[in-house]
Amino acid sequence: MLRRQFIHSVGVGTALGATGLLSGCATASGKGPKVVVVGGGYGGATVAKYIRMWSDYGIQVTLVEPSASFISCPISNLVLGGSKSMSDITTPYDNLTKRHGVTLVRDMVTSIDADKRLVKLAGGSELAYDRLILSPGVDFMWETLPGMEAAGAKDKVLHAWKAGAQTVALRKQLEAMPDGGVYAMSIPLAPYRCPPGPYERACQVAHYFSKAKPKSKVLILDANDDVTSKGPLFKKAWKDRYAGILEYRPKHTVTEVDATTNTLKFEFNDNLRADVLNVIPPMRAGEIAAKSGLATANKRWCEVDFLTFESKVAKNIHVLGDSIQIAPAMPKSGHMANQHGKTCAAAVVALLMGTEVNTMPVYNNTCYSFVSDEDAVHVASVHRYDAEKKTMVTVAGSGGVSSAASELEGRYALAWAQNIWADTLA
Amino acid sequence: MKIPLQVALVVGLAVASTGSIAASSLQMKSLASSCANCHGTNGVAQPGMESLAGKPKDDLLKKMLDFKTGKKPATLMHQLSKGYTDEQLEQLAAHFAALPK
Repeated sequence: MLRRQFIHSVGVGTALGATGLLSGCATASGKGPKVVVVGGGYGGATVAKYIRMWSDYGIQVTLVEPSASFISCPISNLVLGGSKSMSDITTPYDNLTKRHGVTLVRDMVTSIDADKRLVKLAGGSELAYDRLILSPGVDFMWETLPGMEAAGAKDKVLHAWKAGAQTVALRKQLEAMPDGGVYAMSIPLAPYRCPPGPYERACQVAHYFSKAKPKSKVLILDANDDVTSKGPLFKKAWKDRYAGILEYRPKHTVTEVDATTNTLKFEFNDNLRADVLNVIPPMRAGEIAAKSGLATANKRWCEVDFLTFESKVAKNIHVLGDSIQIAPAMPKSGHMANQHGKTCAAAVVALLMGTEVNTMPVYNNTCYSFVSDEDAVHVASVHRYDAEKKTMVTVAGSGGVSSAASELEGRYALAWAQNIWADTLA
Repeated sequence: MKIPLQVALVVGLAVASTGSIAASSLQMKSLASSCANCHGTNGVAQPGMESLAGKPKDDLLKKMLDFKTGKKPATLMHQLSKGYTDEQLEQLAAHFAALPK
């Protein structure tokens, strides 16, 4: 009797982990605090898995995600280049359920009732929460691109900035383009998801053209003053590998798109027509965060407390990943969203268990870009919490970029992908 | 009914482990999880990257300090290791050494 009482008091009193520990069971028991995670990308899937692990499976976690599988944006440019397939970048969500007891709900959240602490789903049901975590990624600011709302425009002028059907469709456009054609990609002003992504994409398309249709051109039309990430490394790759194929034009802000004639209009420059147009639109926080009033920075990004990722304007609601107003020198990347997920997981477990939240989070970013089908370059940084500034800052003297593109870093880049997919989803 | 010693030990361990949700352990796990993106959850890596779990603490620490000082050549670990204090590197080495392979 004593034993039973003792276990009982452990379960109720100090923590919720005892049951999971003693039984070794990794499924939600129906008891314990409830966390709802919205969005199954790098941020959301990671926070769901790690809350389960770090609460010793004592906190119930429900992940709301409309897609059947996770499709990775990192490595998706290699699908455009032709060296990887969609199946290479696709991972099912089932291990989150089987190994970690995360409840998966294939649906979308349409509204949040912060007072009642519940979310409403498109399918009509509701989910109650003690803590809500939003990781909804980015949404596109179509209103800044007149012409894109025209019928059929979005099917013809692709962004392919959320890996999936658009990745496949853009690859088909590139394959169908005759040799001697022009592929033009526009880049919005920073901040946007994955700073080096567009330049890597340009390399991948140029690599494909160099092999399959060498008379063709890649035109980069960048709203920024210069390449926003790994500039010297990309410029060296363009000069050494893709001279005569790839041309970079900075300070080109797209103001209008005519999808009928495949023409871009700019703030200051002449109109430009291309055979394949790839418009990467300006971005803001994912729709559910923006329409719930959480995007308080320029009405675009969600301001958070970097110790917990709790919204600065809504209690018990956390936001992470690409939706947040980033700290200085913090990129919007999948690697960073995964790190947000773990920092937020530790904080949410501490908050729900009544223990202290870590006051000195330290994490890093590692971002590889392929400049061909095999060779890659990286940028790395380490970030720590600065209590005075109340934000994350880079650690002085840390971080940096590759000395040169290499096949070795290409292999590391693919190993990075396998590891982060497993860390996020397995 | 008296509690058999073994049961008491198991429960005691459970309590100790439950205490692993205590703040200090969560902080350590959180710090170490910043390595997991490349070196795997709990230090067990996918093919192509080095696992850290269960490696001798001294080996791990020496390697990270050598990366930090530039003694050991690297593609990026020299840049990442400089972001962690020597004390944090020691904590990380001890943490990964204690994890199952």
